[in-house]
Amino acid sequence: MLLKQLETDRGGAELLFGSVKEHHVTLPNQSEPWDMKQLLVWIRGNMLKERPELFVQGDTVRPGILVLINDADWELMGELEYELQDKDNVVFISTLHGG
Amino acid sequence: MCQVDEEYNGQLDHRVTPRVSKKCVKCKENTTVLIIRAGDAFCRGCFKEYFIHKFRAMLGKNRVIFPGEKVLLAVSGGPASSSMLSQVQEGLSRDAPKKLRFVPGIIYIDEGGASGQSMEERKRAVAQLESVFRATNYHYHIVHLEQVLSLPSSVLEAGSSATGKPPTGSSYKAAVDHLIPTRKNQNQHPDLSVENAQSHLSNLSMQEVQNGVTSPITPEHTQALKRLFASVRTPTAKEDLLHTLRQHLILHTARTQGYTKVMMGDSCSRLAIKLLSNISLGRGASLATDTGFSDPRHGDVVIVRPMRDYSSKEIAYYNRMFDIPSVFIPGLDSKAQDKASIQRLTESFVTKLQTDFPSTVSTIYRTSEKLHTACPPQNTNTQLSAKCLLCVCALDTKLEEFSAYQATLISEQLSQRRGPGPEFTPGTTAAPGSPPASSAGQGHSSGGGQSQGCETGDGGCCSSAKEPETVDLKSLLCYSCRLTIKDMTALDALPQYILSEAERRRSQMREEISEFLLDEEEDEAIPRVNGS
Repeated sequence: MLLKQLETDRGGAELLFGSVKEHHVTLPNQSEPWDMKQLLVWIRGNMLKERPELFVQGDTVRPGILVLINDADWELMGELEYELQDKDNVVFISTLHGG
Repeated sequence: MCQVDEEYNGQLDHRVTPRVSKKCVKCKENTTVLIIRAGDAFCRGCFKEYFIHKFRAMLGKNRVIFPGEKVLLAVSGGPASSSMLSQVQEGLSRDAPKKLRFVPGIIYIDEGGASGQSMEERKRAVAQLESVFRATNYHYHIVHLEQVLSLPSSVLEAGSSATGKPPTGSSYKAAVDHLIPTRKNQNQHPDLSVENAQSHLSNLSMQEVQNGVTSPITPEHTQALKRLFASVRTPTAKEDLLHTLRQHLILHTARTQGYTKVMMGDSCSRLAIKLLSNISLGRGASLATDTGFSDPRHGDVVIVRPMRDYSSKEIAYYNRMFDIPSVFIPGLDSKAQDKASIQRLTESFVTKLQTDFPSTVSTIYRTSEKLHTACPPQNTNTQLSAKCLLCVCALDTKLEEFSAYQATLISEQLSQRRGPGPEFTPGTTAAPGSPPASSAGQGHSSGGGQSQGCETGDGGCCSSAKEPETVDLKSLLCYSCRLTIKDMTALDALPQYILSEAERRRSQMREEISEFLLDEEEDEAIPRVNGS
């Protein structure tokens, strides 16, 4: 059971999640470890309340949305290939104007 | 180079997933937390230093803010302006001799009336922001966009700058040097302006009354504002109009409260997008002032953009890591489609390009740095009539005979159906564009004889009472403001100060042209005298 804290913070990303900024999420068990790609798919299916195209684009997040894993840039962690650990903190910050 | 089947493999600066070492490039010791500018990885401490240093370097490089000046910080609540606010606090609080020295004030413009928020939402947002502002101990102003309806028309006039010529580097240095030896005696400053400003500031902090919200708004005001924005058909024009009105409000507040500088929080990414979308909107002529560091178009109040070197990624990370409070307020374009307006489309274009080619924004930024405004001649008479009514930039629709703009007007006229009324207005607007040459220009303009006739009749002969308004406004606007106005269905919804200023300028122009009209009447009178 992977416990995660998801924050959608500032810049309006929380609008797509029902205006809730912090989410504590428990991901279902599976044999291989979760990576960011799967997490995004999971978020899109389970948490996004509206307008998925404003958050996810294809495989990855929409350009203009920053992702921090444990307060570090996800580019340093390998972006989509990063394997999630227990109690990781993932933050999505939108730098765009609209949404 | 320009073949059909181009092979671009490996030649372009394509983004590779960075395999950077885990050590900070600056101190080489700590682990990295952030990548900036495609490859530079910083640790937390070095990033903070870099961020703070950039702000002060930006202010120091462009020496426009003098010690002791009153500077108005335009805070929208978003990340960039909140970051700017925290940088100003940081810069003013240092005890080092190189601390920033100016007197800040804060302005927040509540645009909820235009973007359709309810009163409770607006009050909530304002309350959140007020708590942030109070923590800074600076004087703040909360202004509702509805107050734009009651501005005086003097807002649209460019004031003369306080000093006749632009301040030179030596006077700046002299002003700063004055302050350094007198740190011992805080009460006696040889620099009078600093002393006045400081006593003024202490007075202000005593008076709780002046601080904070200006007069409350009535639902009628909100309705009028909603009507104004509802009469604009396209989101592009809405955003443009909102921006213009916001600028007027900020300018008015700055003038009445005695601020000589305004700091806007436009980040590098935002300015790159603004540059490209301004070109699409027809504002190419004023690119340098719209996206440069300092914007002197209003004369007495100079707008500066100290955040123009920060990308939005840097700002977002800084705010997150160092807990800078910012309030997200949904605006006109929140959750809008990508193709809703020119500004949104440009934003999505630049942002997408940036992910694959990380030097996009910085390239645009460097290009914009090379743009300079030519210094206008210091003749205030010509300046007044040559400024656009809404955006106060230099009018770029002065007509030459065979300009591209003329061609646009002619094709516009030809493509409209024949009939009385609106079709003649393009010709009439062409005529009073420029002073003395206008009588010669009239003969060549597309309106031809019609425009002369309309001119002598003061535009009343071939149009209804409403049409002169369209005519009047159009001739006083720059190209892109004309496009914005064209998208409006109800011009009388515009705030009163705009309409009355338009009327004033129109009558001023009529006076200038009346000299020429007199000649023609004399010519007409002569045969009659001979005949009788």
